[in-house]
Amino acid sequence: MKPTRLSARDLLSEAVAGLASRPARTLLTVLGTVLGIAALVATVGIAQTAGNRIVGSFSELEATSVVVSNSGGFWSNGAGTPFPEDAEDRLTRLNGVVAAGTLGPVDVGTALASTVVLDDPTGQNEFQVDVYATSPGVYEAVKGTLRTGRWFDAGHEQRADNVVVLGQGVADRLNVHRVDQQPVVFLGDQPFVVMGILSDVSRQPQLLNAVMMPEATARDLYAYTSGDTVQIDVEIGAAELIAEQAPIALGPNDPSVFRVMKPPSPDSLRNQVQNDVNSLFLILGAVSLLVGAIGIANVTLVSVLERVGEIGLRRAVGARRRHIAGQFLLESTAMGVVGGIIGATLGILVIVGLAAARQWTPVLSPLIPLGAPLLGGLTGLVAGVYPALRAASLEPVDALRSGT
Amino acid sequence: MLSLKRAKRAGDGDVPVAAGEAPAWGDADDGPVLSLSGIGRTYESGDVEVNALADVHLEVQRGEYVSIVGPSGSGKSTLLNILGLLDRPTSGSYLFEGREVATLDEAARTAVRGRRIGFVFQSFHLLSHRSVVENVSLSMLYTDVPARERAERARAALASVGLEHRADFTPTRLSGGERQRVAIARAIVAEPAVMLADEPTGNLDSRTSESILELFASLREQGLTLVMITHDSSVAARADRSVSIRDGRLTVEEAR
Repeated sequence: MKPTRLSARDLLSEAVAGLASRPARTLLTVLGTVLGIAALVATVGIAQTAGNRIVGSFSELEATSVVVSNSGGFWSNGAGTPFPEDAEDRLTRLNGVVAAGTLGPVDVGTALASTVVLDDPTGQNEFQVDVYATSPGVYEAVKGTLRTGRWFDAGHEQRADNVVVLGQGVADRLNVHRVDQQPVVFLGDQPFVVMGILSDVSRQPQLLNAVMMPEATARDLYAYTSGDTVQIDVEIGAAELIAEQAPIALGPNDPSVFRVMKPPSPDSLRNQVQNDVNSLFLILGAVSLLVGAIGIANVTLVSVLERVGEIGLRRAVGARRRHIAGQFLLESTAMGVVGGIIGATLGILVIVGLAAARQWTPVLSPLIPLGAPLLGGLTGLVAGVYPALRAASLEPVDALRSGT
Repeated sequence: MLSLKRAKRAGDGDVPVAAGEAPAWGDADDGPVLSLSGIGRTYESGDVEVNALADVHLEVQRGEYVSIVGPSGSGKSTLLNILGLLDRPTSGSYLFEGREVATLDEAARTAVRGRRIGFVFQSFHLLSHRSVVENVSLSMLYTDVPARERAERARAALASVGLEHRADFTPTRLSGGERQRVAIARAIVAEPAVMLADEPTGNLDSRTSESILELFASLREQGLTLVMITHDSSVAARADRSVSIRDGRLTVEEAR
């Protein structure tokens, strides 16, 4: 007699019917797999999203700063090639530069800073201070904040006005707190009008403890030649490019005399972060997936025990052991696939939600949501092996004896 | 003996039949549907051997309605399991439609069971989450009947037991008698050579039992071969012929 058989289509519809008849239970069963897959997808997605965003998040300040120096480094003697006087103009013309400015120390000899010229035996009123010549763009390039007053502009530079901006520290020592009365400070015998007080900078912090004057003024009064540093503030992602272009713009004849300090490459940073995040959370995801598999195995096993009567009946109407095993295996696999789909969906929602909350761009490789149901199905398949074998090994007589 | 000759002939037929080849023994065969000779079934529990069945001889002719009656523990369930090819005898010969089946392997016994035997159980064994028509279709699931035809035949079988209006219910919404009718429809839908009923009225009240027994009688009128196992001699008396079993032996075989 022809052996009984079960077509693939019937097998599938029996497995689906078995799951669909108890939807709540099926969903509870796949919860573990859902969480595992969701954790995996969210992990990978967050790592990719964060990696994409890394430049903009915790290293934005660093990533947008390019510094060009003309001192030949530790071994060279004194100042190197001077920057051109129009360095600021040349750099701001580059696409990607937000602001640029040159700065450098001014040698004022032994001149001390004071507000009034008088000998006061009771206290010190003359101080030795650092003096910097800065171009107007420095204020923006260092992301400075003025407590009061204003920064000098191109007009002061042109006229070589005797004006200064005081750093916070110097202003405190000289007891200058307001500039609306145009207070004057002296460097030696030379008077300068105080235009503003610098309260904070994000870069070049030495300026906070210095007196700053226009470069032209320094040239006129102190034989200043050139700054030693160009501070450039660039747009996010432009650092690499500007680091390459700035020396050429500053010294087309021999760009190599300038040293450029640029932020670490965002790519390597991104990869590093991605790897750190990935390995940690992938382990987490794998563990929850394992828990999910155990959950499916457990419930499928319980389901086999519950459905002993059904197994007996199926054996009575012609189901072979392989048909029984196939049905339970397919049911657990289908549960895994369902878990994978739901999990991937949840994971993507988490990524999108997180990205939306942080105003990031969600990034996820398309392979992840496509592979998730596959991984879930594999989990279910593995989880179903033991229960399916148990179901298949039941003797029909014993199975039928067990009642419904 | 006739049965021995048949056994020999059937032995030749033990070579697996190629797919599509018509079985050499079908409805046209006018010999007995079931023929047991010297059937014994021994269970081993530890060192003790328990003889559940010993030297059972039984023939059931085509179209016959036979009841096997005995108290619990008499071995009647063991006998039904062997008749239904759910279990294997430890000795003796069992010819099913003229073919020796006592020695068949699992897959071949499953094929005979699935294609040629219908079961009705005391506890109905319906799948509670599947509709009535799906439950009836189940007995054609493994026997190459196309899905569309399965549903049609299931509805026809339900009509023949008077339950076509319940086809899309789930069994949980049916009464005990209706559930047993569904089980009967499931047993006959595949047009088996024999229907085996194990205490079919055991879970039913007397009035419902009566209607089930009437249904059995009408199926027998339509030519179905029926073997019923029961502990109730008044139920057993409804059959053409009643066989009594006690301590694993058929003690009386009385024609009626």
